[in-house]
Amino acid sequence: MPQNSLIQQTVCYHCGENCNAADIHIEEKEFCCQGCKMVYEIVNQSGLCEYYDIDKNPGINQKIHVRKGKHAFLDNEEICNKLIHFSDGTQKHVTFYLPQMHCSSCIWLLEQLNKLNKGVMHSTVNFLKKDVTVIYNSDLISLRQVAELLTSLGYEPHINLHDLDSSKIKKYDRSRIYKIGIAGFCFGNIMLLSFPEYFSSGDIQETQLKSFFSILNIALSLPVFFYCSSEFFMSAYAGLRKKFLNIDAPIALAIFLAFIRSLYEIGTHTGAGYLDSMSGIVFFMLVGRFFQDKTYQSLTFDRDYTSYFPISVILLKADGTEDQIPASSIKKGDRIRIHSHEIIPADGILFLGKGNIDYSFVSGESMPVEKGIGEIIYAGGKQIGGAIELEVVKEVAQSYLTQLWNDDVFTKKKNEKKVSFVHQVSRYFTYVLFLIAFLSAVHWSVVDPSKTWNAVTAILIVACPCALLLSATFTNGNMLAKLHGFDFFVKNAGVLESISEADTLVFDKTGTLSISGEERIHFVGPPPDPHQQQLIRSLAIQSIHPLSKAIAGSLPIHRPLLVKHYVEEKGKGSTALVNGEKIKMGSAEYVTGEKKIKAGEGSNVFVSINDDVLGFFVVKAGYRPGLETLVAELKQNYNLSVISGDNDSELQHLKHLFGEETEILFQQHPQDKLEYIKALQTRGHKVIMLGDGLNDAGALQQSNVGIAITDEVNNFSPGCDAILDGKQFAKLKKLLDYCGKEKNIIYGSFIISILYNIVGLSFAVQGTLSPVIAAILMPLSSITIVVYTTLISSFFANRIKT
Amino acid sequence: MSVIIILLAASLSIALAFLIAFIWSVKSGQYDDDYTPSVRMLFDDTISPEKPESNTETEK
Repeated sequence: MPQNSLIQQTVCYHCGENCNAADIHIEEKEFCCQGCKMVYEIVNQSGLCEYYDIDKNPGINQKIHVRKGKHAFLDNEEICNKLIHFSDGTQKHVTFYLPQMHCSSCIWLLEQLNKLNKGVMHSTVNFLKKDVTVIYNSDLISLRQVAELLTSLGYEPHINLHDLDSSKIKKYDRSRIYKIGIAGFCFGNIMLLSFPEYFSSGDIQETQLKSFFSILNIALSLPVFFYCSSEFFMSAYAGLRKKFLNIDAPIALAIFLAFIRSLYEIGTHTGAGYLDSMSGIVFFMLVGRFFQDKTYQSLTFDRDYTSYFPISVILLKADGTEDQIPASSIKKGDRIRIHSHEIIPADGILFLGKGNIDYSFVSGESMPVEKGIGEIIYAGGKQIGGAIELEVVKEVAQSYLTQLWNDDVFTKKKNEKKVSFVHQVSRYFTYVLFLIAFLSAVHWSVVDPSKTWNAVTAILIVACPCALLLSATFTNGNMLAKLHGFDFFVKNAGVLESISEADTLVFDKTGTLSISGEERIHFVGPPPDPHQQQLIRSLAIQSIHPLSKAIAGSLPIHRPLLVKHYVEEKGKGSTALVNGEKIKMGSAEYVTGEKKIKAGEGSNVFVSINDDVLGFFVVKAGYRPGLETLVAELKQNYNLSVISGDNDSELQHLKHLFGEETEILFQQHPQDKLEYIKALQTRGHKVIMLGDGLNDAGALQQSNVGIAITDEVNNFSPGCDAILDGKQFAKLKKLLDYCGKEKNIIYGSFIISILYNIVGLSFAVQGTLSPVIAAILMPLSSITIVVYTTLISSFFANRIKT
Repeated sequence: MSVIIILLAASLSIALAFLIAFIWSVKSGQYDDDYTPSVRMLFDDTISPEKPESNTETEK
């Protein structure tokens, strides 16, 4: 955007945005809008101005005003009870999700709520989850007032249908942390108690002391065997029942054998057993799993339409009264009112007001659609402008948009069926292991039968594929963390593998390739002089139409001039007297009076000043920076296609960008996109879908890997496997390549673990594996693997930066 | 040599005490959020007259 303005730019004291509107200030402090000023006043009155000292301009922009009474639905008892998770009569606990939370000032202010309202007793922020738990006294303040208090500070709680469905908040699963703690404790102590045995090379003088140590060791190993390793046994059992030998099966076998043999040895006084090695590997494997499964608490990957839809609607009763009802209980024939910027929850017929529906999120069309009385409005659109009233023709669950979720794709979980290559490798490993054990059993039963049991169990214990498991878990855990650093949030480790297998990339256009606010604009005709620019901009900022906003954004910023007699005609244009001069801008017909002037590609906005036509603006969708080089890079490895719900006004430009051979489809419905992906898959392609909106939800779900592109990571992206911050879009190729490295890194650590196994097995086969060697070898191999995977994944991650 | 048994009992019981402390700390939710407290501790203390009793454990 050209910014050749000479006027000193002031930023809002509250939110840090440019102040372009009229003077709004308190003392020295400038504000961009009345909303920001109001929040400042509230904060100031309660003496909480420290808010502004912790971080600079920490506030949330208040330009979009939250409608009064928006939270009236919180007076509804039924909704209240679903949100409150603890109550003892007067004291109530509620947790709100506040996606606006972004800095330490936010934490500070939100934990001072008790100073703003006496009814709030305590508030605790969880920054990673972006939620705040408020404890309040329901005699002094209602739930609605709590929500309104947060809203007045700029943190509007996000409450949607989804919150109500999952009646109770998911409890944080702590069982793995317990297991790690206990396994670590037992491992350390067993190790300590085994030292005397090791250093006296097996014969401690006092047999009494020796048996005391052994009994303590057994006691300490019981919780490891029965509690900490339970997940390995359960997973192995589940795998075997499905006739599948997963990686946990040989691990469970090794743990089981190590435990039984140790009990036998100690019981018969023939040795010290392998209890320390056993608890050691359990500990390391639990840590590895914990590391890999560390998830992003504030991100949700499994969203469906209920996350987007409003929690309640205003029902207009026959007797003229209004009522707030939960959106899920809307029935056919109900009359509902939708305010500006609200999402329409159910298909309905417009019977009052002027519809101006923004379907960009649903269909990908970038321009709002005008609807007149009697026309049907589909759910999922957002009303922009005045309030409208609808008569519902279909319930929420049967509406046009929600029907997409009835497709089979959404009922089955993907990636669940997919078997990781780690499991397959481990299966070969297990077969080879059994073969070695069998061969040495045959050998020893001929040579020296007394050593058979010894050798076979030692083989199965020492060759436990824990190194395989560790290499996978630590590599994945590391890579996920590194990708997080590049704002690429991958749902789980399985997705990394799917990415490395993909050969086709399908892009959505609106919001994925192109971004709003980055339109390419140029003026055809004699360029307007600064004064004219000022006139045009003053008119353009009056309208909320995207084209108008884009044009205003492209012009230098001035203090707006006085605008009188402003008239906006939907779908045509607007006119007003600015500083006494008549400015008109809009479609060719509206401004010039002549029909059908097709001037060029993109959207054209004509401008006239005092009925003298100056020329027109050409507004073209802006594409993400670096797209051209990215496409060139991606073309080398992938088949590309573009599939858009928008019209084909950008066809030429996309053809130029992607080349002739790329398939580019327009005006595709959400279902069409899903079918398109399906068709690619039946032809044997592995597809990565990149999309941003609800209209891509089906395709994202159907694809092998669905990547949601979003400019605000904590906002609402559709259900997907990975979320990529739009700012990192240019790095897409490098990020995908990095995911592809996963397999290589794991294979590398497999080789290391096999080397260790050869050493261990060479002892075991000879029947000379002493507990000391096992106790050294096992942790050593684990640590080598951890160090190797950490170093190498960081090394590759550093290469993305360049 | 029997002194070793006493020492062992002492060391084990200390270790056990730490394990119990760890389990308690997990249970009270200290591991649920490993980021916010790190920011919170940097805020200057303002005079906060009444602090409600800790209810971390009574929740849920």
